[in-house]
Amino acid sequence: MTLLDVQNLRVTFATEAGPVEAVRGVSFSLGRERLGIVGESGSGKTMTGRAVLRLIRPPGRIEADRMVFDGQNLIEASEREMRALRGKRIGMVMQDPKYSLNPVMTVGDQLTEGLRRRDGLGRRDAEAKAISALEAVQIRDPARVMEAYPHELSGGMGQRVMIAMMLIPEPDLLIADEPTSALDVTVQAEVLAILDRLVRDRGMGLIFISHDLRLVARFCDRVLVMYKGRVVEELQASNLLAAQHPYTRGLLNCLPRIGGPREPLPGLDRTGAWAE
Amino acid sequence: MLRLVGQIAIGLLTLAITLLGLLLITFVIGRVVPIDPVLSIVGERATEAQMQAIRVKLGLDLPMWEQFYIYVRDALHGDLGTSIRTGESISAEIARYFPATLELATLGTIFGTLVGIPAGVLAATRPGSIADQIVRVVGLLGYSMPVFWLGLIGLLVFYGQLDWVAGPGRLDPTYDMMMEFTLTPYTGMILIDSALNGAWDVFGNAVSHIILPAGLLGYVSMAYISRMTRSFMMNELGQEYITTARVKGMPEWRVIWVHAMKNVLVPLITVIALSYAYLLEGSVLTETIFAWPGLGSYITDALFAADMPAVLGGTVVVGVVFVTLNMVSDILYRIVDPRARA
Repeated sequence: MTLLDVQNLRVTFATEAGPVEAVRGVSFSLGRERLGIVGESGSGKTMTGRAVLRLIRPPGRIEADRMVFDGQNLIEASEREMRALRGKRIGMVMQDPKYSLNPVMTVGDQLTEGLRRRDGLGRRDAEAKAISALEAVQIRDPARVMEAYPHELSGGMGQRVMIAMMLIPEPDLLIADEPTSALDVTVQAEVLAILDRLVRDRGMGLIFISHDLRLVARFCDRVLVMYKGRVVEELQASNLLAAQHPYTRGLLNCLPRIGGPREPLPGLDRTGAWAE
Repeated sequence: MLRLVGQIAIGLLTLAITLLGLLLITFVIGRVVPIDPVLSIVGERATEAQMQAIRVKLGLDLPMWEQFYIYVRDALHGDLGTSIRTGESISAEIARYFPATLELATLGTIFGTLVGIPAGVLAATRPGSIADQIVRVVGLLGYSMPVFWLGLIGLLVFYGQLDWVAGPGRLDPTYDMMMEFTLTPYTGMILIDSALNGAWDVFGNAVSHIILPAGLLGYVSMAYISRMTRSFMMNELGQEYITTARVKGMPEWRVIWVHAMKNVLVPLITVIALSYAYLLEGSVLTETIFAWPGLGSYITDALFAADMPAVLGGTVVVGVVFVTLNMVSDILYRIVDPRARA
């Protein structure tokens, strides 16, 4: 079953030096599966994720031949309809909890905000739900964390809070935009395991944006490789390490290997017709 | 919470040291200006014996450190000395003049904040729009037009031509008499005192008098507050937690007025406090044009009469107001920003 269908998505920013295209005709579809998007910085992967939520602010513009989420046309939806989708049916976890959590609101207020403001729950019910969400992301002392401010949490804790916040309304699709890039390696594994289990248990669709090829190969079902705002290759994650496309090969070749030959890593060769 | 109390205690200690420094400076100024207080009391034809008698009476024959000790001790007891011009206690005089300034500056700051914050938010949420341009031009005028000129034009138009408001002064003479002889003064601020006494005709007349100068000061403070609000808000709206709030499906008003505003308030508190302090001490021109018997007028009059003790007494009060406002904004800052409490 298709959850999200995107055809020819374009994101354009009007600048003084003329329009800049951040995403240039990206197409993909997604079921209740885990789709990885990889690419260098500036390849348009983050913009693709945010375009699905229609969270590109002016002067950015979103165009697509088709962008349908569970039967609902995202291009033509009103802002009110989009708000009903955001948070409730599509969630997003961002890179660094240091910036993505509001620094002057307690974790509890931020977790219960959606429940209280849009679902009209009372304080007590909302807090009970928030605490069980914190337990679901394996936070040991949820009552204390509810009272805490974001700066009092570690990066791993912050990211778990973020995941809990996005999963409270049980969305159908979660967009995870480099959710572990800002974390220490050991914490990365924990956070990924939590994310993996929750997505699996609840049968959500997941768009996992990352620049870590090995991580994506292990974690996702399918992978889009993006370069300069385009999808240059789409393949099964299990085949990623055997990719044929010159760009993907180039990315793989510049990964260092422990115990491998100690030669300078090759740079990317951007001379093919795909790289224009 | 305990930590907050500790920080307030440290703040109070800093406050005490700052005030001591302020007293030292005014004391030194009082000794170095080439105005001989003895001469201005006894006049030019006094004999040396008379002058010596006054000198002893004023304590000027004592060593400097002892004079300073007496100055600080008296100041701490609320005694800022005696005015040469009037022979009255300076503290008592300032207690009469200061409420007029406080009333005017407070009302001006309330105007400036109530208009300035929404205007700044409007401009920040629609950068480059007509609304943004209007806020910018109106703010720029507030920045660049001299206050006395705006005051004169305001009086000419709204008092002289349109007759919408009352003219200079705090009250019409008849109401002034009523205020003086029939009403109980609680605070020295006419708006509050007349309301507490239930004298609504006096209240109405006071409003009609204060609205123009307070509106003028409010305009100046609005210009500053709206500019700063705009830039703080633009900065916050670019932050990632704003995206988070939108991802959660929060309506735009909530994103701006709750999520962003809580963060904007942190620096804005300092801006509002500074602008309030500026109005409390810097409205000399406005007070002159509107014949407003406030602290600014008091200091100016004392200065023209070479009444140094009164000038310095006024300066000490201005300093105390400034330092206190700084301290209050510091405390508020810690209350709204959890990171500053740590």
